[in-house]
Amino acid sequence: MAEFFLQNQQTIYIVILSILLGIEVISNVPAILHTPLMSGANAIHGVVIIGAIIVMGHAHSDDYLALILGFLAVLLGTLNVVGGFVVTNRMLAMFKKKK
Amino acid sequence: MSNFLLELSYLIGSITFIIGLKRLSGPDSARNGNLMAAAGMGIAILATILFHQKEGQPIGNVPWILGAMGVGTVIGWMMAMKVKMTAMPQMVSFFNGMGGACAAIISLVEYHSHPEGSSGYLLIVFLGLIIGSVSFSGSIIAYGKLDEKIKDFSSKALTYFNLLLLVGIFGILGLAVSQPEMIGHSVLWILLALSLIYGILFVMPIGGADMPVVISLLNSLTGMAAAFGGFLYNNPIMLTGGILVGSAGTILTVLMCKAMNRSLLNVIIGSFGGGGAGGEKGAAGDQTVKEISLTDTAILCAYAGKVVIVPGYGLAVAQAQHICHELEKKLEEKGVEVSFAIHPVAGRMPGHMNVLLAEADVPYPKLVEMEDANPGMNSTDVVIVVGANDVVNPAAENDPSSPIYGMPVLKVWEAKNVIVMKRSMRAGYAGIENELFFHPKTKMLFGDAKDMLGKLVAEIKDL
Repeated sequence: MAEFFLQNQQTIYIVILSILLGIEVISNVPAILHTPLMSGANAIHGVVIIGAIIVMGHAHSDDYLALILGFLAVLLGTLNVVGGFVVTNRMLAMFKKKK
Repeated sequence: MSNFLLELSYLIGSITFIIGLKRLSGPDSARNGNLMAAAGMGIAILATILFHQKEGQPIGNVPWILGAMGVGTVIGWMMAMKVKMTAMPQMVSFFNGMGGACAAIISLVEYHSHPEGSSGYLLIVFLGLIIGSVSFSGSIIAYGKLDEKIKDFSSKALTYFNLLLLVGIFGILGLAVSQPEMIGHSVLWILLALSLIYGILFVMPIGGADMPVVISLLNSLTGMAAAFGGFLYNNPIMLTGGILVGSAGTILTVLMCKAMNRSLLNVIIGSFGGGGAGGEKGAAGDQTVKEISLTDTAILCAYAGKVVIVPGYGLAVAQAQHICHELEKKLEEKGVEVSFAIHPVAGRMPGHMNVLLAEADVPYPKLVEMEDANPGMNSTDVVIVVGANDVVNPAAENDPSSPIYGMPVLKVWEAKNVIVMKRSMRAGYAGIENELFFHPKTKMLFGDAKDMLGKLVAEIKDL
């Protein structure tokens, strides 16, 4: 237990601070921005694409299962990132001030 | 050097996520915040392709990676640009599902290439797989339901079966992590299949008014799945991004449940839309409703001091947001004070209605939130309810047997006159009767929202 903590101290810090930040950032949001916010958060978890790039980038060239699945993962991850940000931007473009 | 650049980009990316999310919470800075997070994401992705190394090996298969990204960008861009504003919730759900699938596949490939490892490694890989798969299949079902391609289906037996399935998944997970040599490598596919099935069956019975909560929940699940990828590769940006969304999404889910006065457990286990849940419905059956003509409505509104418009999903379906703005302008010209009262869960997602009205150029200060709208109701002359139902149901206040009892609602019945614009007498999305329609102050105006509003604007013009 103590050993695990010492070895992963940095990660544990990141995890806890990120959790607190996430709670803090969102708790002051007016209800009217919930949809764009959810959509924006949706785009941000598209960061999972970086894992997909790593998987694909280190797959052996004869490991077809890994290559095919990796290709699919990068494609789906891109969909999440691009679709997420574009849709959020479209929503928010409507909130722009007039006059 | 390249490692330094990689870590620096990740740091920049993480900061843009945090600031971006923060800026997304203010109407003026939101767009900028979104673009900022997008830029950070771009930097992180580029840096990964250029500088990432594993055991001294740089990223290979680059043409394939770029190809996949190219295809994904074109499809994602087109889908996001083409989607109608009314279909936004299901679009978010769909993209969320893609992220979940991506996380699940990472775990699949990782285990496929390195099936041996410490129990910590196995736990991370399997949890990423389970959460990602549940999020994927759940989001696709949520997408189908919101798009009205999939019908609600619920039964008591299903609730118990789901619970059993969940226990089974975690039982197998426990075994696979603690006794990996005993259980074999095929456990991966068993977990994948069970998780996919669980995702489907978990969303299947949840209907109607609870859908936004589910999407928010699935959103935070995908965040967690991304974070497990971060643990797997010890990758700081996946960790911060994933956890940030995971925790923010969870809080958002809780906030939404609060807006409807329901517990999360209640949403997941007891389903709304299905039959049997509702209390006594018969009482309303033999009452009659009063109809009102367009001309009378026009006169009533034009000579009122204060008019409040309550928009609901019906307005969105009829694409009536623009004509609604038209009505507001016409009434303002007559010196009437007009505002829009927005229930937190109006539409199919919190804030959905605001997006739709903003699309129609309704000025932001005209949109009043429920807590601010309710105290002013008794000084309001006319409330026009356009395609809203459950969010103005007095049963939430005075009928303990109603499934929505306790949900905060817009107290429109406190106003002097209520005009309900509705296509038919059909029950709302939550599937329950609304005694507001039989209220002495209420008059009904039947017809398509867009059509009726258009005629109403014309009538007011002629006055």
